[in-house]
Amino acid sequence: MGGIHFGSHGTEPVSLRRTAERPAPPFSAVSPAWKLALMLVLVFTTALLPVRFIAWHAGLGLLLLSVVFMGRIPLRPLLLRLSLVLPFLACICLASALGPQGGPDWRTLALRGALCTGTVTVFAAITPLGTLPLLLRRLHVPPLLVTTLALMHRYLFVLMDESQRMRRARESRTLRGGRSRTWLLSADVLGRLFVRASERAERIYLAMCARAWK
Amino acid sequence: MHIPDGFLDLKTVAVTGLCAACGLGWALSKAHKELPQRKVPLLGLGAAFLFSAQMINFPVMMGVSGHLIGSALLAVLLGVPAAVIVVTSVLIAQAFLFADGGVTALGANVFNLGVVAPLAGSLAYRLVTLLVKDERGRIAGVAFGAWCSTIAASLACAGQLAWSGTVAWGVGLPAMVGIHVLIGLGEAVISALAYFAITRARPSLVEGSTGQDGQGTVLQGVLACLGIALFVAPFACPWPDGLETVAARLGFEHQAQDNHLSVWGDYRLPGIENPGLATALAGGLGCLLALGLALLLGQALVRRTRPESGS
Repeated sequence: MGGIHFGSHGTEPVSLRRTAERPAPPFSAVSPAWKLALMLVLVFTTALLPVRFIAWHAGLGLLLLSVVFMGRIPLRPLLLRLSLVLPFLACICLASALGPQGGPDWRTLALRGALCTGTVTVFAAITPLGTLPLLLRRLHVPPLLVTTLALMHRYLFVLMDESQRMRRARESRTLRGGRSRTWLLSADVLGRLFVRASERAERIYLAMCARAWK
Repeated sequence: MHIPDGFLDLKTVAVTGLCAACGLGWALSKAHKELPQRKVPLLGLGAAFLFSAQMINFPVMMGVSGHLIGSALLAVLLGVPAAVIVVTSVLIAQAFLFADGGVTALGANVFNLGVVAPLAGSLAYRLVTLLVKDERGRIAGVAFGAWCSTIAASLACAGQLAWSGTVAWGVGLPAMVGIHVLIGLGEAVISALAYFAITRARPSLVEGSTGQDGQGTVLQGVLACLGIALFVAPFACPWPDGLETVAARLGFEHQAQDNHLSVWGDYRLPGIENPGLATALAGGLGCLLALGLALLLGQALVRRTRPESGS
């Protein structure tokens, strides 16, 4: 059971990355298992180490910066991701600074939170999602689950686009409708989406068999 | 119903993680033995389907919209083991890629929505299809299964929240179950309509969905009940069970007096002193009511299209 190998190219969802040809991601020679292990070690050490070991925190910050610059990681997506997470951290720090005494110091929270978030973001940037199925298989996750996750990741955006198109087609052909009509139409879209998904699954099975999958 | 991070304490995280792992392991080994090779890609595509189906929103009322949960629908369409794998994959992706549901609460979410909900939904579907054997029964079964799966998952969720000390049982149970009685009605209607659309578009997809032996269903039902009981029993049984339960019971009494949650208040039966008995009776009556509504829905859908198919 299970022998589909998803390279880092075939799995990129079309709607996310439209630029088809891009050079191999930086640090792709390092196995994803090592990256994951290193990330976990760094995050947990940072979270558990008392904040007075300032050398560790400074070293980690320098390490992250050097990874970003040596690997020529595109800065825009990195900053976008950070900007999604850091406001939450800022809220927590603010609540801790203004709230009742007794909790952790807000400067500790800010330092640890920023470093851990940065670590996770940088490591996510140098680990393509397509390498994760291989990693999961190496970690002895049952192959059926790995295959399901890999196929879900591959076809998720295809089906989302498909449901959007079906909805738009429906809406352009329906003049008006109350709530019950919306429900009927949306449920119809759901049903058709399932039918299309299972038809696609049959074609995929034949394609997998043609490529000697067992 | 996705529990976020920080709502569960360590022991609940550990126990729910263990339960979810057991349920998933059972489903994986069962699917490995019984699922035909050609159905393996359907698991991945089913997960992609469920993910995009959950993005389709339905207007409910006053600007509130809901979406399909889909555990029961998939349990009926694909069988329980496949549904467990599919829903678990979706929950894993939601937790890790979209931050919907916490990573530490992943075990609890997988247990509630991925294990308990398909088991309960499938059991209810089997019971209804045993009662009414034609197409009406199957549609009603999907509707009732969807309702039951939502209630069962919310019960387990309330139990876990109370067990972690986040929300007291007396507050959490009426709030969670009360709102999910309504959410479950929406889920039942969407699931039944989608199932109906599938039977009309491609009947061959639905035909294989009833191929499950009765013994397996009973065993699964017992397992689902045990799963819920594990988290609910510490609060539901009258034994003095430590400070936590006492506090929960006090909370319950307090809640019963001020009674601002009218949804639950409507289901409380007058004239019965014991609150546990009253709750159980109210739950039974609610189930019967939902079953009746489900049967009516099946009847209405089948009758609505019969003249069209005849002409």
